[in-house]
Amino acid sequence: MGSDSAAIDVRGVSRIFKGAGQDEVRALDNVSVAIRQNEFFTLLGPSGCGKTTLLRLIAGFDFPTEGEIRLYGEDIAALPPYKRPVNTVFQNYALFPHMTVAQNIGFGLEMLGKLKEEIAARVAEMLALVRMSELKDRRTSQISGGQQQRVALARALAPRPKVLLLDEPLSALDFKLRKDMQIELKRLQHETGITFIFVTHDQEEALTMSDRIAVMNKGRILQVGSPQDIYVRPSERFVANFIGDTNFLKARAVGAKGGKVKLDLSSGGSLSADLPPEGLSVGEVTVVVRPENASISEIKGSDFAGNVENIVYFGTDTHVHLKLADGLPFIVRQQNSAGSTAAVKIGDKVGVSVVPGTAKVIRD
Amino acid sequence: MAIRARRSFSIKTQPGFTTIAMACFFLLYLPIATLVVYAFNSGESVAVWQGFSLRWFQSAWQNSLVQEAAWRSFLVAGFAAALATICATMAAIATTRTVNYPGLTFKYAFINQPLMVPEIVTAVALLIFFSRIKVWTGYTGIGYLVLAHTAFCIPFAYLPIRARLENMDLTLERAAADLYAPPWQAFRRVTLPLLTPGIIAGFMLAFVISLDDVVITEFVKSPGQETLPTYMLGQLRRVVTPEINAISAAFLALSLLLVTAFFFLNRKKS
Repeated sequence: MGSDSAAIDVRGVSRIFKGAGQDEVRALDNVSVAIRQNEFFTLLGPSGCGKTTLLRLIAGFDFPTEGEIRLYGEDIAALPPYKRPVNTVFQNYALFPHMTVAQNIGFGLEMLGKLKEEIAARVAEMLALVRMSELKDRRTSQISGGQQQRVALARALAPRPKVLLLDEPLSALDFKLRKDMQIELKRLQHETGITFIFVTHDQEEALTMSDRIAVMNKGRILQVGSPQDIYVRPSERFVANFIGDTNFLKARAVGAKGGKVKLDLSSGGSLSADLPPEGLSVGEVTVVVRPENASISEIKGSDFAGNVENIVYFGTDTHVHLKLADGLPFIVRQQNSAGSTAAVKIGDKVGVSVVPGTAKVIRD
Repeated sequence: MAIRARRSFSIKTQPGFTTIAMACFFLLYLPIATLVVYAFNSGESVAVWQGFSLRWFQSAWQNSLVQEAAWRSFLVAGFAAALATICATMAAIATTRTVNYPGLTFKYAFINQPLMVPEIVTAVALLIFFSRIKVWTGYTGIGYLVLAHTAFCIPFAYLPIRARLENMDLTLERAAADLYAPPWQAFRRVTLPLLTPGIIAGFMLAFVISLDDVVITEFVKSPGQETLPTYMLGQLRRVVTPEINAISAAFLALSLLLVTAFFFLNRKKS
């Protein structure tokens, strides 16, 4: 990827915290990622995975122990936050309580030394953008959580940053409001054309909003790709497990042909799966199958078999929990549209068929 | 819930609680109440009630020595509290807006040291120290009192300011920096306005503490530099008239006013 076209280019960045004595914590471990202009990029991972640390390094609230952070080619890793054309929407919004909504939004422009008329015009524009015009003279303590969220967005967007950083901004909102704000954020990103870097631990939020996602764990980026890439072709167990429901199978490769590999499952039965891009290791491999890509069928002609342990009804679909011969659990998701569901009951031995091309061999 | 309430220990239900509490309030406030009541005595005695009158307030108000001492007290308290508040604000920022490092606890102790050193020790030390300086410089003005008061007022001003800084959301300062405010602007536009109630509270506390100091003032003052408390102490050695009560009552009223204001300012933050 051409690094000059990247809005943010993180190169070999580590952030090491010195603990007590000789201990050190690698909050980020040799992370490299290029974030393109105008994209909605999400850093996704569990708490403590380093996503917020990476965001803080880009914002300038913290500095990398090693590595470079380039903003359109310029290394900004050592600049203080007030010298970076990057703005942040904080998790708790961090609105200035002693200022009005309009004063909050105008603060960045004021600090940049813009003229009064220019500030007023831009603040009005921002208020309109987030639909807060009628509340511009309110104190920030006099508006609701969702409104505070929009003010925080307007305040961060007002100085026209090259990159907007969002640190779990939706986590404090209730479910309904969060759904609305997800759509609102996509709209704002589209209308402003600013690169958004969004941090979340919510995989569903990441899937629905992002152009691309970086899945992080233990200070490393495990996989970068579009939501479809990450969901359909997870690179390793952690990614597959973190995003959506997944079944893991143990298998042994018995022959490859044209990007496909023939696998003997440890539960008996066999399966054809896509090869991982980096090739295949010898010996036992792990295969992932998403529950919606499997179906219950006659044992004869199926890929493998299992015993029905539990049946859980979810309204739109039903999850059939199986136990395979090697003891591994396997879940089949059946759509509940009329006539498509095979009638099974607990204790039945049933066959499982996997949609061809959907099983993937992954790094364990 | 009911079980829990019955099980939980409540000091209010202990036998004798009410009696002890009443006794404490009685011992605390009865002498003060007596003092205030006799300030309005029309007679010459501080112990025999002879009728209501404001004559002692009037007499105190017109007493040029009282006027002079009161004026000096306010002057010293005002300057000392202002200086102490400035020092305390800087100290509070330096000790809260930093990562924890070895020696920080020592600095807390160092700043609060005047609370722990016996006042008489500080007084004697300052007496000796300042007397040298008085000889060298020939200056015998009110500056020594201001300096001495500043020193012991700093911890009192420091505590409310530090409490306020510690309760302040640090992301606000980060947000200011994120929005292109260099450190000084971030301080002036965000930290300082949010800190102001703490600073005012610190100032008032320091002011009250300075206003009623006797020991250090008595040791440090040059001849003729009576403050209101040392003047009153001097009067007690001679004839005691209800004028002393009147001055005390007025003093009490002022202190109550300031402390109440301090309380409300401090409460507003939460």
